Amino acid sequence: MYTAPFEYRRADTVDQAVKWLQDDPDNSKILAGGHSLLPLMKLVLAQPPVLIDIGRIQALKGVRSEGDHLEIGSYTTYQELVKSPEVDAFCPLLALSAKTVGDVQVRNRGTIGGSLCHADPQADMPAAMLALDATLVIEGPQGTRTEPYDGFLMAPFITNLGAGDILTGLRIPKLPQGAHCVYLKRPHPASGYPLVGLAIWMTFEGQRIGNCHVGVSGIADLPFRARHLEDFLKGRVLDDKTIKEAGPLAGDEASWEKDEYKENLLKVYVMRALSQLGELAAAKGQNAKS
Amino acid sequence: MTQVIGQALQRHEDIRLIRGQGQYTDDMKLPGMVYAHIVRSPYAHAKITAIDTSRAKKMPGVVAVFSGQDLKDEVGLIPTAWIPPDADMKVTPHPALAYDEVRYQGDGVAVVIAESPYLAQDAALAVDIKYEPLKVVTDPFEAKAEGAPGVHTEIPDNVAFHWQAGENLDDIFQKAEVVVKHHFRQQRLIPNAMEPRSALAQYNAAKGELTLWATTQNPHIHRLLMSGLLGIPEHKLRVIAIDVGGAFGSKIACYPDEVIVSWASKKLNRPVKWTETRQENFQVTTHGRDHVQEVELAGTRGGEIQAIRVKTYANMGAYLSTAAPGVPTILFGLIINGAYKIPHASSEVFGMLTHTTPVDAYRGAGRPEATFLVERMVDLYAQALQMDPLEVRQKNLIRHEDFPFTNAFGLQYDSGNYQETLSKALEIFDYPKFRREQENLRKQGKYIGVGLSTYVEMCGLGPSEVAGAVGFQGGLWESATVRVHPTGKVSVYTGASPHGQGEETTFAQIVSQELGIAVDDIEVIHGDTQQIAMGWGTYGSRTTAVGGAAIHMANEKVLEKARKIAAHKLEVNEEDVSYDSGTFSVRGLPSKSVTFQEVALDAYLAWSLPPGIEPALEGTAFYNPKNFTYPFGAHIAVVSVDPDTGDTTLLRYVAVDDVGRIINPMIVEGQIHGGLVQGIGQALWEGAEFDEQGQLITGSLLDYALPKARFFPKFETAHTETPSPHNPLGVKGVGETGAIASTPCIVNAVMDALKPFGIDDLSMPLTPPKVWQAIRQAQGKESLHS
Ligand SMILES: Cc1cc2nc3c(=O)[nH]c(=O)nc-3n(C[C@H](O)[C@H](O)[C@H](O)COP(=O)(O)OP(=O)(O)OC[C@H]3O[C@@H](n4cnc5c(N)ncnc54)[C@H](O)[C@@H]3O)c2cc1C
Repeated sequence: MYTAPFEYRRADTVDQAVKWLQDDPDNSKILAGGHSLLPLMKLVLAQPPVLIDIGRIQALKGVRSEGDHLEIGSYTTYQELVKSPEVDAFCPLLALSAKTVGDVQVRNRGTIGGSLCHADPQADMPAAMLALDATLVIEGPQGTRTEPYDGFLMAPFITNLGAGDILTGLRIPKLPQGAHCVYLKRPHPASGYPLVGLAIWMTFEGQRIGNCHVGVSGIADLPFRARHLEDFLKGRVLDDKTIKEAGPLAGDEASWEKDEYKENLLKVYVMRALSQLGELAAAKGQNAKS
Repeated sequence: MTQVIGQALQRHEDIRLIRGQGQYTDDMKLPGMVYAHIVRSPYAHAKITAIDTSRAKKMPGVVAVFSGQDLKDEVGLIPTAWIPPDADMKVTPHPALAYDEVRYQGDGVAVVIAESPYLAQDAALAVDIKYEPLKVVTDPFEAKAEGAPGVHTEIPDNVAFHWQAGENLDDIFQKAEVVVKHHFRQQRLIPNAMEPRSALAQYNAAKGELTLWATTQNPHIHRLLMSGLLGIPEHKLRVIAIDVGGAFGSKIACYPDEVIVSWASKKLNRPVKWTETRQENFQVTTHGRDHVQEVELAGTRGGEIQAIRVKTYANMGAYLSTAAPGVPTILFGLIINGAYKIPHASSEVFGMLTHTTPVDAYRGAGRPEATFLVERMVDLYAQALQMDPLEVRQKNLIRHEDFPFTNAFGLQYDSGNYQETLSKALEIFDYPKFRREQENLRKQGKYIGVGLSTYVEMCGLGPSEVAGAVGFQGGLWESATVRVHPTGKVSVYTGASPHGQGEETTFAQIVSQELGIAVDDIEVIHGDTQQIAMGWGTYGSRTTAVGGAAIHMANEKVLEKARKIAAHKLEVNEEDVSYDSGTFSVRGLPSKSVTFQEVALDAYLAWSLPPGIEPALEGTAFYNPKNFTYPFGAHIAVVSVDPDTGDTTLLRYVAVDDVGRIINPMIVEGQIHGGLVQGIGQALWEGAEFDEQGQLITGSLLDYALPKARFFPKFETAHTETPSPHNPLGVKGVGETGAIASTPCIVNAVMDALKPFGIDDLSMPLTPPKVWQAIRQAQGKESLHS
């Protein structure tokens, strides 16, 4: 299939991209890695008259460590996240998630910003964004603003970005020392997108769970943070009993059309992810159970 | 003589294909070429009430827009070329573009031709068509019901044909000690070759000639059929299919798109190209399988199978595709007894029309559907008897001494040693040990299962007399020319049309071995009706068994003549000349010799040839096989089923196949792997689905789960080699075995794993939600009897 006709512009700076976008917000669209936008255009499901390519804007690329958080350019590719020493040192959950996206071609081109702005509820990265309390940096008609990722998705494929807004970067708090991370994904046999993607990090205080964040993607109407589950886990020993009781909790706070199989799947995956965390902790002597 | 046959030579064709230097149809660019985009019906069934092309005609770059009305009286109907006898078959009229009614989603309605493919697509959106939607039926069984929506007014009951074979078995079934009855749903599959279809037509008005580059498995059949429907005489029509990127049966058919570009090229006097998108490939390229089967098996309490019968509702889709009617009849109904000595059998098939994509051959074509039902029935029978399925197989398999074996329908199985492949598989896989482990694991709440499939298939299509008798509108022999050039290099022309299988290599091996020359001195040429006298193409695992045999016979002609020329040169009698590894020498006087290359040069110089011998050196043969060939084997699958998620994990897959004599073991291995992956794909993941409006809801690779390499363990393969007596090379065929054997093997394994839950059958594909629901329901009903 071929796209409808469009005009292509390549921006060299954020300012230029913002200006072009604000000149004609309704008819322009940002082009990042193109791995979601171009398929839509080829299916003629999207027909933006103007594409503004942000791929050459150096300021939008890469991962920097800034005090207590990581500063990540919106045009950072999955592969760059996977390879980044800063991510590995401070937020390995990001790399664990990015590693599972598509195949190597997709990871070489697809960007974190593109994935978040595309707002596919079945994408991988939202789970980690939620679990990591990511903050978005947005450049808009009123200048720069930040807002939490949690709440960014309004509906499937709809964010609260204004037509003249560009996502320029993310701020991700560094994980506490010694946090254990798991991204557990069940890929769809055809598309490879997650039927369920669970991003969890967890710290221990002695033999008990200290802090714990759980982001869930793929399975509900929108990706969500499983806060009841987190609250339940805090302060407990991560043993079989805890895992069993924790299983159904994420499902209880999911907003979705009732489906027995999905409920079961989420329960089983929560239990499996927690078991994996239990093993990671046990390897460090933090969890007596395993 | 160095042995070339049997060597795992690397594929000669791969170098150009891997480097992107192949010549696929879509790679072709001709001066003045324009591009076609076909406007397709979004409805599965509707009346076309109006078509307005005026807006599209004014779009930039548009050369022409045609609708069904424009083509209707100028081209013939898309043909059906397999008419099974005594089946009361009614051929469905299939215009190249629909003009009154559309009958499946994707049915072509108009064609836009423009200076670029982009402009053609843009303009296609501007063709205004009004439809009046009509009622739809997609299921072959429902299509038979009273009052079901009709697909063709000429065929009010939707039955395109009703075919029967075998005897009335009522008596046997009444008296039988054990009768097992079961319904199977052979779901519809979408072939998905790597290369979508494409066609480029160039009409030369000065000469009245048309050249058509097309993705076809059988260029000569295309030429024959197209000649009829275009009214261009056969000698002025050239069909070229050099590199074709896979087909699996989906590029046998003569399609509307090829007809449309051919007609348009003549009309516009410009080359016209059309290339399918992947979505069109899903929607309009023929699908495979899609049966509703009612099966009954009769046997003794002791485990001896006496009779099998089947009533099948085969979904043919909206039109009868080129080879389609032969698939659920001849290639299915005659071999439902599989590898077993079942004295009585009968088949009844209704070819049902529905508002869906036409169905035609798909890897295995009929034989997977037959093998599935018999292999599953053997397991269900074993279960009814509380007997191990292995034991039932051992009791009923045709024995070595029974060959040549004639089955209840009169098919004569060529050769085989079924017990040997089974024993070999059981050497690789310790069955008793597995059963012990399985028992132990079940106690721990872990469910593993083993599945067997001791299959046979008929391929190497086939003797032309049989082709005629079964209503195939063509011959099934094959042609070969082995042309030796003055320098002793060789061009081989085959009427088979390999499209990924590797015969450029295997055929070169046959010539290398038999003529005693280097493989690198041989080029295999195929896929061009102007270079190759005649041929019937590549399908039905026939290429080596029939096309390879033709090459063997051509080689013999070359050698016969070369020997005469050598004897003349060596000044001895022909009988005194021996030939080995490229050298003719005088028996007992090896120093007196002449090379094959010297003989070739002599043949062409013709300065001194023996009396009565014509110049040049080449052999042409037309080989008509004596019979089909019957590859067979024993496959064993081991799976685990996770009751928490319903996931099936394939732990081991053992395939012992006997495909006759092996020319290139690496290529054979590759064919087996590919077949297994497709067959296992049907069991576990694949399945086309239409909604109530007849919309294909599995219309892309996002929804339709083609298997990925990571889904599989390492296949454990082994072979026995029982030569086929039906052709001079002793080969049988390997293209389809994997897809035929593996589907029931996997389902048998999953059902074996699920036995503790009292589940004895689930429909394919065995998706996790389906398996999980079944386990849950079973657990709800009764507690586990472990
Ligand atoms: C074969 C394949 C497999 C895939 N598998 C997976 C998978 O397993 N898991 C998964 O999560 N995803 C998968 N994807 C989707 C992939 O992750 C996409 O790359 C990603 O969703 C989009 O990133 P992009 O940079 O390509 O964005 P684009 O496609 O360029 O843009 C996507 C959307 O975001 C907007 N946009 C992009 N950047 C910005 C910005 N900075 N500010 C404002 N708006 C912006 C665009 O205008 C567009 O609307 C797959 C894609 C393909 C093609």
